[in-house]
Amino acid sequence: MQRRSFLHTLAASAALVVPFGKSSWAATSVDAKPTKNKLIVVMLRGAVDGLNVVAPVGDANYARLRPTIGLGVPGAANGAIDLDGYFGLHPALAPLLPLWQQKQLAFVHASGSPDPTRSHFDAQDYMESATPGRKDTQTGWMNRVVTQLPGASTASRALAIGAVMPRILSGPAAAMNLANGAAGVKANVLDRPDVAAAFDQLYAGSSRMAQVYADGRSAHHEVMTAAEAREMQLADNGAPLPNGFPDDAARLAQLMRNDANIQLAFVALGGWDTHASQGGATGQLANRLAPLAQGLAVLAQRLGPLFDTTTIVVMSEFGRTARENGNGGTDHGHGNVMWVLGGGVAGGKVLGEWAGVGDAALNEGRDLPVTTDFRSVLAQIAEKHLRLGDQQLVQLFPALPKRGPGFDLIRA
Amino acid sequence: MKFVTTFVLASALLQAGSAQAVTSATTQQQAAHVLNRLSFGPRPGEIDQVAAMGVRHYIDAQLDPASMPVPPALQARLDALDTINRPAGAVLKDYVASNKQARDETEASKASRRAVLDHMSRDTLDARVLRALESPRQLEEVMVDFWFNHFNVFIGKSSDRALVASYERDAIRPYAMGSFRDLLAATATHPAMLYYLDNVQSSAASQKPNGKSTGLNENYARELMELHTLGVDAGYTQQDVTELARMLTGWTYDQHALITDNQTFRFDPRRHDTGTKTWLGRTIAPDGQREGEQALDVLALHPATARHISYELAQYFVQDAPPPALVDKMARSWEQSGGDIRTVLRTMFYSAEFMAPAALNTKFKTPYRYVLSAARAAAAPVVNVQPLLSAMNQLGMPLYGCQTPDGYKNTESAWLNPDALSRRIAFATSLAAGKLAVAPMLSPAPAPVDATTLNATLGSTISARTQAIVAQAPGPLRAAMLLGSPDFMQY
Repeated sequence: MQRRSFLHTLAASAALVVPFGKSSWAATSVDAKPTKNKLIVVMLRGAVDGLNVVAPVGDANYARLRPTIGLGVPGAANGAIDLDGYFGLHPALAPLLPLWQQKQLAFVHASGSPDPTRSHFDAQDYMESATPGRKDTQTGWMNRVVTQLPGASTASRALAIGAVMPRILSGPAAAMNLANGAAGVKANVLDRPDVAAAFDQLYAGSSRMAQVYADGRSAHHEVMTAAEAREMQLADNGAPLPNGFPDDAARLAQLMRNDANIQLAFVALGGWDTHASQGGATGQLANRLAPLAQGLAVLAQRLGPLFDTTTIVVMSEFGRTARENGNGGTDHGHGNVMWVLGGGVAGGKVLGEWAGVGDAALNEGRDLPVTTDFRSVLAQIAEKHLRLGDQQLVQLFPALPKRGPGFDLIRA
Repeated sequence: MKFVTTFVLASALLQAGSAQAVTSATTQQQAAHVLNRLSFGPRPGEIDQVAAMGVRHYIDAQLDPASMPVPPALQARLDALDTINRPAGAVLKDYVASNKQARDETEASKASRRAVLDHMSRDTLDARVLRALESPRQLEEVMVDFWFNHFNVFIGKSSDRALVASYERDAIRPYAMGSFRDLLAATATHPAMLYYLDNVQSSAASQKPNGKSTGLNENYARELMELHTLGVDAGYTQQDVTELARMLTGWTYDQHALITDNQTFRFDPRRHDTGTKTWLGRTIAPDGQREGEQALDVLALHPATARHISYELAQYFVQDAPPPALVDKMARSWEQSGGDIRTVLRTMFYSAEFMAPAALNTKFKTPYRYVLSAARAAAAPVVNVQPLLSAMNQLGMPLYGCQTPDGYKNTESAWLNPDALSRRIAFATSLAAGKLAVAPMLSPAPAPVDATTLNATLGSTISARTQAIVAQAPGPLRAAMLLGSPDFMQY
């Protein structure tokens, strides 16, 4: 669509409609200097097998528990990539190695939710509401971040990639979602002035649907503007990427560079529930991890200077059994590994209390215990990276344990 | 002209400021409501027909689908789709054969493999959409959607591409309004479910001579209790999951026997864990296949199951947050009838809560329902369902495409978002303009949807305010506005 007619559309609709951005957030205190720092959360729905993401290959129990799916020691056939002489990274995650070496990637092992559920759906709900054990929490914690961040919001301050609005971004603050793939940044029928005028009238008012409609209209405007700038930049930005996460990650990076208002982003990826034939260094899980690693590397690279002020968290609802099951897979477990990437991350370390995978160390004799509450990791990022104060942290993470994670994820 | 009259009335109402507090629904509103909830939305003339025959009569007829013949034109189209009319084993045979070709892949074999697979899914998808659009047995179609999501399997998990058609035909549809215990058994023993949730591989833990270990797989046992029956908050433990998995070891199928003899289920005693189990506080003595059947008996009639599924039904048919008194009533009906689905549905449809003003036009349509209801209301001739399927895909609800065993949700919080509204409006605009390629071969091309007819079709489901705005809009946009209105997003 031509820029001129696009602006015309806006002018035409703005004249008819009730205010754009009426749901804009304006919880400003004048003297606060709002941070521009950014947070991206990638959620692996289905419980990724953390013990094959960052594998304790230095523990002899590991090979015993996982005779067919375990990764080898570094250098061996099907070996993991050495991280610190004890833990090894899944070889499909090799694209992340430069970030590890630059100390911009950290892992928090044996982390997760204190709630013992092994239900995917409850556990995801708790991780998105950040209120483990409570199902009546109406809002997602990233939506609460939007309400707590100082500075004025626009409709695109918080962005989800995908056709549905995830629980984590649901709540009173405006959030937008963009379809996967190139469709997310294409002109739509509401860019036609006559159509926009008609529907703006139908969706005027203050109902929930009217608000969502208005948020969508203004966010679409921002994104189209950013996407147009993106096309100018594409020429110098390298090869086309495979469909799926790498492609979405590249688009997200470009949007964030071109639209300074985008501060929070969320992407969910599925397919991690590997009960059977998950494979080891190669196979089903490896085939899922490879595009994830590629996408994260692309995201870091294409954010360019913005990566310095961005933190990316990768998390999953729970881990999987330490012992492989009878079908070359793993069943639902408890503790998992969180991944934290970013220019300000104190990386190059596998963090968290770790007691090995000997029988005595396992939770209920089957999986990793949770030694670091996922909320304490997120709270530290909210505090040190998004610069939120104690009062705000209480809103984000009610009932957060007093005890901090015992390590510093963000460089001072 | 009728449209204009309606508009004048509507705007007169608006101007008089008479926002009527509805205390009880009119006959027309009740007719629209049962069409919204027991079918995929009114087609032209249906609101008047239901009002004339009586709402109770309509409900009773829908609860007895066999009383309504399938129209010959629809039957002929269904008969022409071979995948849905073949035994599971025969379709799986084609699937396996087409996978074999992949190993010595030439361009030609690649194309033919793709063609076989595409054909398989296309038939299955076509049949579902055609029935949902055209079948007079609408409640049956609605219940097929409900139960398929409840007992979800994913068409993208290898063999399930071949097995989904049989799963819906043989395990879901025959029991959609029957005995829950029968439905539960039919899903538990169908190869699509056995494969999807991995019970096909689960066996007693042992070490084989070749060093390969076999053992328990908890996947199905967990979802059987969490999703299919008791519900996640019923108080069972990890130990109960493991023990139930042990009871169900040996519930499997043999691919060769399935392909050659259409043997869809087999109990394999060699895989079965012969120990004693302790499950939900009961001691289960070793009893082979009977152990699993005993489990299904207990689960189907468990009070937690009655409550869990009553809640789900009430959420699907009445309100996102269903009135607790209604759920109680339905759960009692479940227990008294021994899990007879038709009885529970009747209790729900004849409850005061179902017809209460708070329930009318308050559900937000899922993408599946939105697309189907628009096509039904527009009465567009549908030769090619692909554009409808594409719209569902874009809206995040590909048919048979839910990867996870919980199936698709049906609540507003799951589906209302900024991207969805603009995409639905785009779909409405194309459909209304006759530009959606649902009938690419028809000559002359289908005319744009007539707004006056559409407005009459939708009756009281479109508010006076919306009707007034639509009436003032340029003619060519009116039908799109009705189909893309906030009113039509709800039902």
